[in-house]
Amino acid sequence: MLKSCVLLGFALLSAGTAMAEEGGIALLQSGTDIRNTGSLQRGARNFMNYCSGCHSLKYLRYNRMAADLKIPETELSANLMLTSDKPFDTINSAMPKDSETWFGKQPPDLSLMARARGVDYIYSFLKGFYVDKTHPWGVNNLYLPGAAMPHVLAERQGLQKPVFKNEPDERGSARMVLEGVESMTPGALKPEEYDQFVRDIANFLDYAGEPVKGKRQSMGVFVTLFLLVFFVFAYLLKKEYWKEVH
Amino acid sequence: MAAAPESADLSKGGGFIGWIDQRFPLTKLWKEQVAEYYAPKNFNFWYYFGSLAMLILVNQLVTGIFLTMHYKPSSAEAFSSVEYIMRDVDWGWLIRYLHSTGASAFFIVVYLHMFRALLYGSHRKPRELLWIFGCLIFVLLMAEAFMGYVLPWGNMSYWGAQVIVSLFGSVPYIGGALVDWIRGDYNIGDATLNRFFALHVAALPLALIFLVIAHLMALHEVGSNNPDGIEIKKYKDAQGHPLDGIPFHPYYTVKDLFGVAGFLLLFCGVVFFAPTFGGLFLESPNFEPANPLQTPPHIAPVWYFTPYYAMLRAVPSFAGTQVWGVMVMGAAIVVLFFVPWLDRSPVRSIRYRGPIYKVMLTIFALSFISLGICGLKPPAGIYPTLAKVSTILYFAFFLLMPWYTKFDSVKPVPERVTGHA
Repeated sequence: MLKSCVLLGFALLSAGTAMAEEGGIALLQSGTDIRNTGSLQRGARNFMNYCSGCHSLKYLRYNRMAADLKIPETELSANLMLTSDKPFDTINSAMPKDSETWFGKQPPDLSLMARARGVDYIYSFLKGFYVDKTHPWGVNNLYLPGAAMPHVLAERQGLQKPVFKNEPDERGSARMVLEGVESMTPGALKPEEYDQFVRDIANFLDYAGEPVKGKRQSMGVFVTLFLLVFFVFAYLLKKEYWKEVH
Repeated sequence: MAAAPESADLSKGGGFIGWIDQRFPLTKLWKEQVAEYYAPKNFNFWYYFGSLAMLILVNQLVTGIFLTMHYKPSSAEAFSSVEYIMRDVDWGWLIRYLHSTGASAFFIVVYLHMFRALLYGSHRKPRELLWIFGCLIFVLLMAEAFMGYVLPWGNMSYWGAQVIVSLFGSVPYIGGALVDWIRGDYNIGDATLNRFFALHVAALPLALIFLVIAHLMALHEVGSNNPDGIEIKKYKDAQGHPLDGIPFHPYYTVKDLFGVAGFLLLFCGVVFFAPTFGGLFLESPNFEPANPLQTPPHIAPVWYFTPYYAMLRAVPSFAGTQVWGVMVMGAAIVVLFFVPWLDRSPVRSIRYRGPIYKVMLTIFALSFISLGICGLKPPAGIYPTLAKVSTILYFAFFLLMPWYTKFDSVKPVPERVTGHA
């Protein structure tokens, strides 16, 4: 009976993970690591330089970030605090309230983007811009069709063009379906360098989504070790008492 | 030392405990309910879940109190206050994850606890009221969980509330007015959030605690059932204690402590390493604030409601109303209350029942899990059909029970319990 319970549990679990796979073009694997402080520091730098002009992190404080990412206060105020001079402030964008008229949409706060959509989505999105002259900024996005955001990192990445494949629709008539993107003009960074550049941003946003994540996981190891010891002693205690029950 | 008043009963002992015992039945309660409550000695794995449910109830109450100290029940501030708890409140993240994981753990444990009753006939005479109190606890728990899920005011909270509350709108004639009355507004909004908060932190927990006490009182009045489904009170020793019984304390307190350790290993594994549990315990869209203008791509309730949600969707609308689905969903829970009378088998435990009950119970368990999966998935592909079939099987288990339990073969029931685990 216990065995069948465990089996059912696994069946449910795999059903849960299978759910996340559905719909649209498959996301790229970001391969981020929240314990890689160097990556988080670079991600913070990239974010402040390229993202924070428009996007806020309204739930993350500068000094919390500095403490968690081991960034010295002097470094913080000199190079990272672009929108405020108080270290305990949250990270706000430089956008005025009427920015909606600039892009057709207020640039969203990114504090919880990694939790709402996942790190892989952020990584894919930042690699998904392609040239599309029908859009106001001349670009569209593979992972968010009709994205209102310009390709801020075009100078880094270069430009990509869309790749279509022929796929007949239900009635059998020819139809072009967007399949992916390929490089058109090179940017300042080599492709691997750009991948690392946006991986660091995705990693940093993963941190920003849950600053305690690293601490939570390392604490979890000690909690588990303690509970294992407790489990053994609880078992021995039970065995000792139950010796006399026949 | 003042002299004992004349009315004091000195036979109740001296010292501090004696002083209390002369005024309050402390030792008496301890003996009757714990130290001299004789439970069958053959409880197995399935008997851990009652005490675990108690543990989780305490966890929810304690963490809930601390969350209430920092949470703001207003549509403008609720979402931010949850992030404040997650980031700025010392250990706030741990308190919140213990609470959110506790909600899912509560349902896992309660579903297994209820399944145990179906396995060993724990609902049968004279334990019908015990079972009914349990069913009432289950209903209240669902209301409590639903309202708690609305409080973080994420987008799934908002749209989940929208969908669930609108179900009441399908009631003929009074539906519209009923929905307005529940929401306290013409839309899910601040008024709704405030009343759900009041119900979640005060009214429902209070009712739950009273029901849990009633559940335990009923249990200790009739005595625990056991995997053999036989009464242990039949054979007693010279002191009048059941021969197959052992005092709850220390035997089951230490055994349950072992169960608690095992449970905490799994529970803390989720809390520390996978608090969202792949989007099942905390859903991704709920990390975006409530937005009445943007519907999440796929609205699904939290996993523990999905079996009933799947039934709701499985029933087609008829005569221009969706009320049938709501009625089927309600009936799926109401039917639980009648199980003690639907079951006509001469024996209680599955150990001595025939093959039909074993098959039916397996089908029931599978249909429940299948409904749970159907409710998580968008209604496309095989899922609508699977949900319909599973709904029929779910009800077949209960509605055909009076016949198949009567005609099913039985094995001879032993006089004394068979060993202990």
